[in-house]
Amino acid sequence: MIDQPMIDHAVLERVLGAGLRTGADFAEVFVEDRRSSSARLDDGVVEELGSSHDRGAGIRVVSGGTTGFAHTTDLTERGLLVAAEAASTVARGAGERARAVALAPRPAGPGEVGHDREGGGKAATVALLRRADDAARSAGGQISQVSVTAGSGRRRFLVANSEGVHAEDDQVRTSFSVACVALGDTGMQTGTESVGHTVGFELFDRATPEAIATTAARRALGKLTARPAPSGTLPVVIGPGSGGVLFHEACGHGLEADLVRKAASVFAGRVGDQVASPLVTLVDDGTVDGEWGTGAVDDEGSPRRRNVLIDHGVLTDYLWDHLRAREELRDSSGNGRRQSYRHLPMVRMTNTFLLAGADDPAAIVRDTAHGVYIAKLGGGSVNTATGDFVFGMTESYLIEGGEITEPLRGGNLTGNGPAVLGAIDACGDDFAMGGPGTCGKDGQSVPVGLGQPTLRVTGMTVGGTAR
Amino acid sequence: MNVQAPPEAAAVEAELAALVASVVAQAAPGEQVEAIASTGTSTRVRAYRGEVEDLTQATSGGVGVRVVADGRQGFASAGSLAPELVAEALAEARDNVRFAAPDEANGLAEPDGVAPAQLDLLRPELATVTAADKVALALELERRATSMDARIRGVRSAVYADSVGSSALATSTGLHVAGSSSTCYVTVQVLAGEGDATQTGAGSSVGRSVADLDLADAAGRAVDRAVRMLGARQPATQRTTVVLEPAVTASFLGIVGSTLGGEAVLKGRSPFADRVGERVASALLVLVDDPTDPASLAADPHDGEGLASRRNGLLSDGVLQGYLHNTWSARRSGTASTASAVRGVGSTPAVGPRALALQPGTVGPDELVASLGDCLVVTEVQGLHSGVNRVSGDFSVGARGVLFRAGEPAGAVRELTIASTLQRMLLDVVAVGSDLEWQPGGTGAPSLAIADVALSGA
Repeated sequence: MIDQPMIDHAVLERVLGAGLRTGADFAEVFVEDRRSSSARLDDGVVEELGSSHDRGAGIRVVSGGTTGFAHTTDLTERGLLVAAEAASTVARGAGERARAVALAPRPAGPGEVGHDREGGGKAATVALLRRADDAARSAGGQISQVSVTAGSGRRRFLVANSEGVHAEDDQVRTSFSVACVALGDTGMQTGTESVGHTVGFELFDRATPEAIATTAARRALGKLTARPAPSGTLPVVIGPGSGGVLFHEACGHGLEADLVRKAASVFAGRVGDQVASPLVTLVDDGTVDGEWGTGAVDDEGSPRRRNVLIDHGVLTDYLWDHLRAREELRDSSGNGRRQSYRHLPMVRMTNTFLLAGADDPAAIVRDTAHGVYIAKLGGGSVNTATGDFVFGMTESYLIEGGEITEPLRGGNLTGNGPAVLGAIDACGDDFAMGGPGTCGKDGQSVPVGLGQPTLRVTGMTVGGTAR
Repeated sequence: MNVQAPPEAAAVEAELAALVASVVAQAAPGEQVEAIASTGTSTRVRAYRGEVEDLTQATSGGVGVRVVADGRQGFASAGSLAPELVAEALAEARDNVRFAAPDEANGLAEPDGVAPAQLDLLRPELATVTAADKVALALELERRATSMDARIRGVRSAVYADSVGSSALATSTGLHVAGSSSTCYVTVQVLAGEGDATQTGAGSSVGRSVADLDLADAAGRAVDRAVRMLGARQPATQRTTVVLEPAVTASFLGIVGSTLGGEAVLKGRSPFADRVGERVASALLVLVDDPTDPASLAADPHDGEGLASRRNGLLSDGVLQGYLHNTWSARRSGTASTASAVRGVGSTPAVGPRALALQPGTVGPDELVASLGDCLVVTEVQGLHSGVNRVSGDFSVGARGVLFRAGEPAGAVRELTIASTLQRMLLDVVAVGSDLEWQPGGTGAPSLAIADVALSGA
């Protein structure tokens, strides 16, 4: 709970009024206070604990199609007024005039997001690092190096705008990652595992350090005998969970209204069209309890929502922030997000996932004569204007004669979004969310969740080196 | 202080120097304290369809405090220079010390007598450019990019941005440094169309003041890159020679450089550990990391621990010369720091390359491609973060480019990957172009031809 208001109600109203003084038609104040801490074990020792504290305000003023933005670390009324004046210089409207802003009453408090505030403390965190290190090293004598990172952060913000919106949120996120190196006759290989949720220290009720470490170690050890991945186009089966990266890149970014409106997306003008296989129902939902991309409101004060983007292959809607929605006279979908008070909000995904299908995952593999099975995807990226995307396979295997056989070395896959969406010919009943993701766009990073069931793409280009 | 700073910057530097000195002065007996602080102003303008899409003006500052006691290290930072947050950072860093393990290699840098390079990184006139003039630059950039070719349908973004900043660092071991710098850039991403096909291309120009910026060049490159990709198709899977354009070479060099950091080597995470003095690359390769070279935008007289920057040879005729070190990795290795500490105020010093430069060859890029017969000129890569493993050396990235057959262009290609390993690629270099270009990130890179790379496509 936020005990004290971050900024007094009357001050917010005066700052918003100042933002509108040059004739602008929208003003917004975003105030943020963020504390984070991290602890790292590497090479067998707890190397360092770090803490950071960041606070400030960003003020946005919109006049027609032009946005002015200024940010400051000075949270006094004077500091906020200076920033409001800087932001309002872009307005070329009706000239000087006083405009009163009446904000809604201060909200009662944020929703049930990351509510357990009782952190485990530094000593408890250090103990978790050591447990993970022990577990990873005891997974096999070929584990030659282990690093473990624990991170936690609390992000409080308030947002108020000239339309009367006044909202607050208080988000707590905790993550834990293990990276292992295994050394064998053919060189070194790596394995990683990360768990992160919008919760406090109770993260470790969901996943133990031992389980996370053992998974990372198993991946590194398994790759010691890996052979080079194939080079060329062949069927690809993607396992449940982290495979959500495929949809994030193949179409998620292309459904962001800011890119759609600039015709910088292959999905522009296609609402109502069949853009994917009928097996595909894609949802972006910022309300899923405890997921990495979850919050009570977005960074413009709009309530988070569950938005169906593709329904049985038919494109139903894009993702919207306040600015883009306002221009189209519709509601925001709750997807206006920003990295910090230093950044302008834009349209971003939250938790994006493909709903479960009806197929038996084992049967999907059994029906694949020759291809690649990807148990864990790494990151990816997309050019939304062309739809061409890549993503990395961090744990993958050959499929031969309907069976998962040998492990493969890492690499990227590439494909074209609309083509791949149409080439999904099987969708399993084993839906799972994947690990915590960090989504980058125009230089801003925000936490996102991903998920999907097992699925098969009839053909994708696998970027290995083997014939 | 090296080059005399103009009065205003000198005053800001003096203020920051006093602030970090006041933190360091609080070091208790037996305790080492390092403080780093920075402040700056920045502007960014985005133009879209002849209007300002957004204009951001900001002032920001931050402080980082590192404490070492009994061989244990703790760190804390704040995104503000407010006195209560600076005090909180020192208290938090001290508290964090209690939970870390002792390591006798921990400790702050000590003065080593190396004189800092005389570098002039600040153009004070940048601070006097009006917002209206910056807006005009962004609008002009968009206008140029959209008027060069009828196939350009518009921009995704056309940006002018700049920053002017100062920083200071002090340690209880006796290092006191401060400096200021300015940078500005324009960058444009265009959308080209023909029928249903859309392609993108980006171009930028970077400098220390507005006079350094070449809008025509940035716009021209963006347009060329987009237009030449129209009609691109997926190529057949094959093995071929690739020619990396300078910007792609720079990305490749950055990855190679990161594997030569002392920390990765010490912790068994570098494919090039224990290889000093060996031929690890083609004899054509001469690679240095030199932040004292004023041609690099990453030039800086000091590293992230306050030591004077120096020129470090990494590859000479393909032979590995040594690794990069910060104070910790140097002590652990029984050697001296190479002043390769890389950091911002929000983190402790890591080890890495700061201003890599590959010595150019004697052949121009066109002649180089013609001499190779069949090859793929790679104009852009995608997925370096997901497809390159800096420990195993496995390398697989998405790419776009132009195929050449018998020295003649044979069509643009997309939706492909190129793959090999870092170890093999260094050995498989068959030519280095004469076209060295300094990239926005500060790397100096020419075209680079690498034989026998796996191209995955249809």
